[in-house]
Amino acid sequence: MIEDIRAILKEHGRLSVDAGALAVDADLYQAGLTSHASVNVMLALEGKFDIEFPDRMLKRGVFESISSIQAAVEELTAGAK
Amino acid sequence: MTQVAVSPHVAAAIRIAREVAGPVANAVDKDARFPNEALAAMKEARLLSAFVPRELGGFGCGMLELSQMCEALGQHCASAAMVFAMHQIQVACLVRHGKGQPFFEHYLRDLVKNQNLIASVTSEVNVGGEMRNSICSVERQGDRFKLDKDASTISYGAQADDLLVTARRAPESPANDQSLILVSKAEYTLEKTGSWDTLGMRGTCSPPFKLRSTGGVERIMPESFADIASHTMVPFSHILWAACWLGISTSAVSRARAFVRKQARAKPGTTPPSALRLAEVSSMLQMVRANVHDVANECESLMSQPDAGTEVLSSIAFALKMNNVKVSTSTVLFDIAHRCMLICGIMGYKNDSPFSIGMHMRNALSAALMVSNDRIFATNANMLLVLKED
Repeated sequence: MIEDIRAILKEHGRLSVDAGALAVDADLYQAGLTSHASVNVMLALEGKFDIEFPDRMLKRGVFESISSIQAAVEELTAGAK
Repeated sequence: MTQVAVSPHVAAAIRIAREVAGPVANAVDKDARFPNEALAAMKEARLLSAFVPRELGGFGCGMLELSQMCEALGQHCASAAMVFAMHQIQVACLVRHGKGQPFFEHYLRDLVKNQNLIASVTSEVNVGGEMRNSICSVERQGDRFKLDKDASTISYGAQADDLLVTARRAPESPANDQSLILVSKAEYTLEKTGSWDTLGMRGTCSPPFKLRSTGGVERIMPESFADIASHTMVPFSHILWAACWLGISTSAVSRARAFVRKQARAKPGTTPPSALRLAEVSSMLQMVRANVHDVANECESLMSQPDAGTEVLSSIAFALKMNNVKVSTSTVLFDIAHRCMLICGIMGYKNDSPFSIGMHMRNALSAALMVSNDRIFATNANMLLVLKED
């Protein structure tokens, strides 16, 4: 899953550094993730994992690192099963 | 608003608006000069530290009281109201994000004593109005920093005592990784690089400046500007600006009302045709008022929760709501003023009549531009791609 998240960040995150080389707990906002780009990351994650982020998850903290994104996606995919 | 019981601090603002700001509003507008009298009176009444908590010596006013003050000032002098609003937005950032920081708490105690006026330096040449991007950066050297910024506009820059400046956190940081830095007059210089001869809001005196500053690193707020912006700067800006605009609308409608009454008195027994237009504009004003009061109330109750509402304040749904207040009130504001002009006719068109609406219309035009509504709509459009609101 981490690799999928990295790929999505690479394609949609418009980061100033290589998403493939980022630590899983690195601050994505400090790596250049904007609010605008984070929406595109969300949409790509929703498409890739066939999930929908509920409004309660639409906040900065959920998208601040690869591991926080992973936790959110895991929570949502676990709920689907 | 006058029928509702208000706090003594709001009552002080209402008095200053009527007795001090109002009588010189035309002069402030005509000469594009700073509303000195109103600011001096507000300092005298210690209103510049109204939002500072009681434990630091302030009045501990909340969003609701601040918005009532802005509304009252906006009815009499839009420039004074906007200066007051912009200052309070800076104070709110310092109070809410400097909590527990000895330097900032000390600064706020001094603010109560000295009533310093704080200006905002978020705009930057070649970035324009995109507040969440900076070109300039903080350059740390040991326990000191250096910060230079080419600002496209600084409202009351020449009159301010201190500045709250956005900049990239470090020279290597990306454009949106920003810090907020408080710089003090003794440690900065401003070089005015342009003029402020505008259609409206002339008394805010907001020309472009080149800022050069230094200071101790304790002046850099510890939280990221991203959080400060979404939790405090944006909600306070949009609500307090909207409250100023509500004041402008209220004033325009009360002139139109006075005009219609005068017509009605001239021909007792018949309702003048303009009364219909007044009925229409009165319903529009009520919508603006309900909108502003609703969000001010919501923000105040959120911020007084044990977790200071942080969860909700950082959500997309809340950001959308705050943006909607700004775009909706700023759009309808000009429409209301224009309709009042049509009611008053030539008496509204004349600059020297008691029913003059010209200044209201000119001031109202600024609302859609101070942070462009199109930019906000673009942000909202983006957020609505993922927000469900179900």
